[in-house]
Amino acid sequence: MSAIKLDNLDISYGDTKVVHGVSLDIAEGESFALVGESGSGKSTILRAIAGLAPDWTGSISVLGQARSHGVDRAVARQVQMVFQDPYGSLHPRKTIDATLTEPLAIHGIGNRDQRVEQVLAQVGLDRRFRFRFPHQLSGGQRQRVAIARALMLEPKVLLLDEPTSALDVSVQAEILNLLKRLRREQGLTYLVVTHNLPVVSFLCDRLAVMRFGRIVEVVDVAQLKHGALVEPYSQELLAATEGRSSVVA
Amino acid sequence: MTAPMLSVENLRVSFPTHRGRVEVVKGISFELGRERLGIVGESGSGKSMTGRAILKLIRKPGLVTADRLEFDGIDLRAQSEKQMRAIRGARISMVMQDPKFSLNPVMTVGEQIAEALVTHEKLARREVEERIEAMLHSVRIDDPKRVAGLYPHEVSGGMGQRVMIAMMLIPEPELLIADEPTSALDVSVQAQVLDIIDDLVTSKGMGLILISHDLNLVSRYCDRILVMNAGTVVEECAAGQLDQASHPYTRGLLAAMPTINESRDELPVLDRSQWAGT
Repeated sequence: MSAIKLDNLDISYGDTKVVHGVSLDIAEGESFALVGESGSGKSTILRAIAGLAPDWTGSISVLGQARSHGVDRAVARQVQMVFQDPYGSLHPRKTIDATLTEPLAIHGIGNRDQRVEQVLAQVGLDRRFRFRFPHQLSGGQRQRVAIARALMLEPKVLLLDEPTSALDVSVQAEILNLLKRLRREQGLTYLVVTHNLPVVSFLCDRLAVMRFGRIVEVVDVAQLKHGALVEPYSQELLAATEGRSSVVA
Repeated sequence: MTAPMLSVENLRVSFPTHRGRVEVVKGISFELGRERLGIVGESGSGKSMTGRAILKLIRKPGLVTADRLEFDGIDLRAQSEKQMRAIRGARISMVMQDPKFSLNPVMTVGEQIAEALVTHEKLARREVEERIEAMLHSVRIDDPKRVAGLYPHEVSGGMGQRVMIAMMLIPEPELLIADEPTSALDVSVQAQVLDIIDDLVTSKGMGLILISHDLNLVSRYCDRILVMNAGTVVEECAAGQLDQASHPYTRGLLAAMPTINESRDELPVLDRSQWAGT
């Protein structure tokens, strides 16, 4: 079964259409990347799947169930999102414990105490962080909390929006290792948005290159590793990453 | 190398906290000729503070001390605020990280660039306009006339950063400090912006200090690299010899970066107990 299936998806913000006719099929257990420049619509696709960009047409289905336009609790149980900036995505006046128990309270799930301890252990955070506030943690620790929050409901799919781009290289390595381990342990499906091709090479199986709200091409990571991208625009992105002077006007 | 343009000896920057003064730059020394120097380090390593200290941009209660801080024979420590204003922009200038926050939102691009020029040089209006157009052209903006009339919110990030560079280079400084000039930009635009900086720096024979967290990027655009960690320089090497770096911190940083052809199952993580500090 496919974890996420998008069919002819158009997404608008007000009068501006930002994503045009995107179709994707992501298998369960797969790690899929959306890459492209700012404004290419990659984050918007994640937001639509998560229910944060309700103005779309076409179809989105998650684990075989079509998604409605509004708040969808069933989808929220299956799909959770991790945002780019751990400094902005955690409530500054809530303790880590409050942040982590909130999803359980919303969905009426018990045994909260044990679940918090369990998830903190999974993301490699010591128990002493449980009653601290976000400002008492480093960037990497906060991102671990953001990942822990996403895992609280035991979802099947994680939407990762630039999960490491606000972090230092050495911290990025820790978070990437963590994400890789979690996926292996829990059989998660990842949909990762990033502009960092080396991260894709490390974490993903397939990728879609996006430009101007459309998918330019979908390739295997093996093709990325061998530089065997077909479309000229993908080649340009690859060249820019490798530091060859770019020819994009 | 000829006589150094900038020499820094035992530079220290500290800030007061409720637990006493904390040193963020702990006595670093380096010399710079007409070359491209890269300063690399992670957040909190003191790399940006080093750049700011050279321009005396650290305000109270921050405290800067140095045994020597000389630019072209001028002792920067002894300069008054007024004297510093004659140096900033005209002789040493700085490109900041994010064009969104460093451009004035209520002035057109042209006016801002003109301001940078007119502050340091008395010129006729027509001449100012010509200089601005030429400058915008040299940062590869194709229709400088139109762009000069735009407000910062009307230009893209890459274009904004090129405007910043134009503004910083129009008084023809001898030293350019670029503090993370491309980290707010897309990869495809990064290379363009750095190429522009590189071209201008090389053709005008300026000195460049490129401050960044990206080791590969710095090694590509600089001649020499200082690696900073926790306020000290842990390693200094020529850009081409980065792969022979010996300090465990530098090696750790290099190893922690995923590559485009990644085959490792797990990335090595820095063992922060290996060296003092942090």
